Amino acid sequence: MEAILLQILNGLDKGSAYALIALGLTLIFGTLGVVNFAHGALFMIGAFCAVVMQRLLGLSFDQVDPSKTDFLGNPLVVQMPYVEKWFGPEIGAAIIDWSVPLAIFLAIPVMIALGFAMERGLIKHFYKRPHADQILVTFGLAIVLQEIIKYFFGANPIQSASPEAFAGSFDFGVLLGFDPNVIIYPYWRMVYFLFAALIIGGVFAFLQFTTFGMVVRAGMADRETVGLLGINIDRRFTIMFGLAAAVAGLAGVMYTPILSPNYHMGMEFLVLSFVVVVVGGMGSLPGAVLAGFLLGILQSFASMNEIKSVIPGIDQVIIYLIAILILLTRPRGLMGRKGVMED
Amino acid sequence: MTISKLTRRGVIKTGAVTGAGLALPTIFTSAASAFTNEPTGSTVTLGFNVPQTGPYADEGLDELRAQELAVEHINGMGDGGMLNTFSSKVLDGTGIMGKKVEFVTGDTQTKSDAARASAKSMIEKDGVVMINGGSSSGVAIAVQGLCQEAGIIFMAGLTHSNDTTGKDRKANGFRHFFNAYMSGAALGPVLEKAYGTDRRAYHLTADYTWGYTQEASIQASTEALGWETVNKVKTPVGAGDFSSYITPVLQSGADVLILNHYGGDMINSITQAVQFGLRDKQVNGKNFEIVVPLYSELMAEGAGENIKGVYGSMNWNWQLQDAGTKAFVKSFGEKYGRPPSNSAHTCYVQTLLYADAVTRAGSFAPCAVAEALEGFEFDGMGNGPTLYRADDHQCFKDVLVMKGKDNPSTEFDILEVVEVTPRAQVEYAPDHEMFGGGEASLGECNNGA
Repeated sequence: MEAILLQILNGLDKGSAYALIALGLTLIFGTLGVVNFAHGALFMIGAFCAVVMQRLLGLSFDQVDPSKTDFLGNPLVVQMPYVEKWFGPEIGAAIIDWSVPLAIFLAIPVMIALGFAMERGLIKHFYKRPHADQILVTFGLAIVLQEIIKYFFGANPIQSASPEAFAGSFDFGVLLGFDPNVIIYPYWRMVYFLFAALIIGGVFAFLQFTTFGMVVRAGMADRETVGLLGINIDRRFTIMFGLAAAVAGLAGVMYTPILSPNYHMGMEFLVLSFVVVVVGGMGSLPGAVLAGFLLGILQSFASMNEIKSVIPGIDQVIIYLIAILILLTRPRGLMGRKGVMED
Repeated sequence: MTISKLTRRGVIKTGAVTGAGLALPTIFTSAASAFTNEPTGSTVTLGFNVPQTGPYADEGLDELRAQELAVEHINGMGDGGMLNTFSSKVLDGTGIMGKKVEFVTGDTQTKSDAARASAKSMIEKDGVVMINGGSSSGVAIAVQGLCQEAGIIFMAGLTHSNDTTGKDRKANGFRHFFNAYMSGAALGPVLEKAYGTDRRAYHLTADYTWGYTQEASIQASTEALGWETVNKVKTPVGAGDFSSYITPVLQSGADVLILNHYGGDMINSITQAVQFGLRDKQVNGKNFEIVVPLYSELMAEGAGENIKGVYGSMNWNWQLQDAGTKAFVKSFGEKYGRPPSNSAHTCYVQTLLYADAVTRAGSFAPCAVAEALEGFEFDGMGNGPTLYRADDHQCFKDVLVMKGKDNPSTEFDILEVVEVTPRAQVEYAPDHEMFGGGEASLGECNNGA
């Protein structure tokens, strides 16, 4: 029982990341009809926004400390961050400590700008091309983005910690009457889950309750008619691409304390998220979210020792097995509609 | 229309003649040379096969820096580094046997097939006489096998699996780096002193050759202390999120978590274990502890705060105070502005040891070089008196037990040396069961050609 609860909790944060990425993928696919294989790279770039923020806040000037020496025996040069100089050591240190949440403010404009640039500069030219071409060009773009990041940040994962206030974990077990230390869950993962829920709710509310969202939904259903009504649907779709990029980027920013960012983290998430979209149903936003959480939790279950000892290696293939099962029994995915990608 | 003159028969004939013509010179040269890629001109080429892309690229870059420095020193440029402290004095800064040393590099990508392909290309196209470097046991074993077949000396870089000089040992392959058994033997007494004899250990292990041998080695040495092994779980390489493997640890009643992970996996698994609050817990009335048997500086940098107080082991560290280490750190630090990592050290030393062995043997022939390396005793290379054992081509030297420092003063001294475990304590018989037992054999040395 405890083990099951524990794995559901574990699946929640992974599922949150899958759901956020899949949501963006589905938004782009639903509006623009493009299969965007660069979406994982957007998640990765979001994560690196957190790294950049950390570095920006950590920008320092050199101060020679004559009482200590460096590894070559010269006087030690201590790095003094500017923020600590400007705001005093305590507030400065607190600002640096909160660099991951603060990176959200950097990530939103960066990701939206990147999304616009990608859509206007490259993807626009591929609307009328076959899906295979779109996949190739976006996949190529993903590799280019990865290599750029590697050039500037190196190949090693870069650690970025959550604020001190969220370090450690919460003992759920005690709350539910289990022994202490049985069901523990880090605070930051709870924050991530709530954050993801907030973003997902926000995107749905935006599409449901604003005029802009209404036009976009209408465009997703019948692009031509909306165009004939005199609405510039292309511009709105560009904005949706920027929004989807921002969602992926924010998912990446907040995920950095859970998984130290490296240049190829996007690919790992992309493949899984793509499966999530297919399982949820191409073009279905609620399907993407549902499938994201479902597969995240199932993957956690499959990593349990009890299950792994019966079927070794199941943790690596469970997601694909489920995808095959669902596609065999429900070819359109869990919540897919008729007519999407079937022409 | 001249094209119409081309006939199928004509093309085949011309092709056959050209092919034979092209093959002819190689037939003559290979008959003339006594071994693969015998250097005949005024230069000799070494091949440095390191990960330049992929997850271990940073480590590969550091190895490359060290190898470049070694070539400089062998050719008599720079301050000479460890050549000034090396107990063997045959290298005089004029290259190897009067031939200037040049090098080519290959990219292993930390993948066995890519590493073999780049090694093969360096042997066949660039004519290298020796291959050095690398940063994974899977890769090292694959390249070692290739060098054995090709008749080239392989000086392994960072490879820590027992198998490299155990069941997969080869007559043409040599390892300076220490191995998983030695880590276990060195860590045992330190862990006993720090955590006592009544502990319950839980292993998370990378799912490949190195992980298995390290798990077995650490299990053997901790069980010898009286520890109990609660569970051993294999985790996929590059898993990213280890939470579903970490959460069952506390439930299992274990009070020590042993992370047989390396590189990015280790950074993520230890970070997540700390996030789950493992190190703040009390289990069985004791503080919960984490052990990372194999440390590297670059990993430690990546894991940051989380490794404070965590024990592990290393082949060498730049903070040692012997003359060899000081000389190396000085020339490396002045050239590159940072202290060398332990994988850089092992690649540097391996290059010098190769050059020295060739000079002592008076020949580049792999079998002669191997003979010069076998049973070679040396000092002044940062590890104290060291032996290249003839039976398995493994170096025997002191092993460092390290701990994450509580208050590092720079980004480079995140780890501190807790103990230098003497060589005698980490020695084992060549036919030890963890090293392939009595069946393991080097085979015949191969001169190739």
